[in-house]
Amino acid sequence: MPIRINGTEADAPLDPRVSLLDLLREGLHLFGAKKGCNQGACGACTVLVDGQRVLSCLTLAVQCEGRDVTTIEGLAGEHGLHELQKAFIEHDGFQCGFCTPGHICSALGMAAELERGVPSVVTADFSDEGATLSLEEIRERMSGNLCRCGAHNGIIAAIAEVQARRQGQTDDKEAMA
Amino acid sequence: MTPFSYSRASDAAGAIQLGAVAQAKYLGGGTNLVDLLRETIEQPSAVIDVTGLSAAITQTDAGGLLIGAAAKNTAVAEHRAVRTQYPLISRSILAGASAQIRNMATVGGNVLQRTRCSYFYDVDGSRCNKRVQGQGCDAIDGFNRNHAILGASSSCVATHPSDMCVALAALDAMVHLQGPAGARVIPLTDLHRLPGEDPQTETVLHMGELVTAIELPAPLLGTRSTYRKVRDRASYAFALVSVAAVLALEDGIVTDVRLALGGVAPKPWRARKAENSLLGAPAAEAAFRKAAEAELSDAAPLRDNGFKVELAIRTMTAVLTSLAGEAS
Repeated sequence: MPIRINGTEADAPLDPRVSLLDLLREGLHLFGAKKGCNQGACGACTVLVDGQRVLSCLTLAVQCEGRDVTTIEGLAGEHGLHELQKAFIEHDGFQCGFCTPGHICSALGMAAELERGVPSVVTADFSDEGATLSLEEIRERMSGNLCRCGAHNGIIAAIAEVQARRQGQTDDKEAMA
Repeated sequence: MTPFSYSRASDAAGAIQLGAVAQAKYLGGGTNLVDLLRETIEQPSAVIDVTGLSAAITQTDAGGLLIGAAAKNTAVAEHRAVRTQYPLISRSILAGASAQIRNMATVGGNVLQRTRCSYFYDVDGSRCNKRVQGQGCDAIDGFNRNHAILGASSSCVATHPSDMCVALAALDAMVHLQGPAGARVIPLTDLHRLPGEDPQTETVLHMGELVTAIELPAPLLGTRSTYRKVRDRASYAFALVSVAAVLALEDGIVTDVRLALGGVAPKPWRARKAENSLLGAPAAEAAFRKAAEAELSDAAPLRDNGFKVELAIRTMTAVLTSLAGEAS
């Protein structure tokens, strides 16, 4: 069964030792996801598998057969950059850019988790389905992505702005319903 | 990584059949095993992917919950019944790893993950009895700030890294196992072994045996619980010390208490001495401190981790004092 990567089908590697990250970078020349630590500590290789943010360095590519993989290369649409990509530029959410694809994929996964009501360790009330958005929540939820240039403040600001816009739209829809 | 064959199981019986070959290894989310394969610490001939096994979270007849071993950590933490009836479990899971890792990691894999002792991972540079029986341990006289103060041996001082297991130990969770010889259910606190002279044998699992589910007993009514983790940074770090605590009071007297510690021992450490000291005692800070000291009376700190003794005592005391304040 093939793996769908940004909507295009690719064959799973014959050698089961190939990580999803190595398949993306070396097999398919999708260089967005980065090999930082290659041991699950930095988050630079974060991609979405069936909409969930995961570490591609610790995922065997064969485990993704029949699944949908989205990388940073799959985010921009016909109308240009994804709103998160734009926000990272506006807020100086990077310096060298190495961690940026992982950060943006992670932020996208985080948004889906927030919408689903997934709590975090800093969420006070677990009986409440909707976690309230705070900078503390975003920092905790994004702690799996490291930036060694020190752009974290810009990164968090970019994510917070996009998230506030999304939640505002949700609130508007709920108000109209 | 050394070469291995890969196959996918869709149920426990199929997995056990595929796993009945020498040097087979079951694969969950891979967040620990892929690392161990890459470092050649694990060199299986066959890897059996068990992420297709049951991930369901269902009510048991006893009023508890049965969590399929393939359930992802995130799925457990966000599940309504878990977060409202067992917030201790959700909190402990969410205190561990990162969101990406929790999305990948399974419950079965969490329980069976191996130590993060840096000497264990340093294949080329360090001696480790857990990797090579009888080789020696470079952690004992090395940089051992993160190592065990309880339950360790002269062969191995590594800690068990799981947060979730600490909460499971406090809640008397049971582990469902299935293997070539049949199925059995054991308490989580009996699953992991202390290292003794044989640190390579970390659990009581038989060859080819598989964790199929974790069972939580019915929620303890009238109790308060919490999980507190002390670590070097605020997020995404292993515990120096962690405490899972459940407390019930009546007229200022402790009528029920469950305590477990993480980051201090080779297995999730149920603090029975502290519990025994507290049952029937007044719910006051002095009694909490005395109980914590009783638990740590056997502590055998190494060169760099003596601070964990006082840190464990203070964290237990603070957690219990705070729970008693909520309960009154």
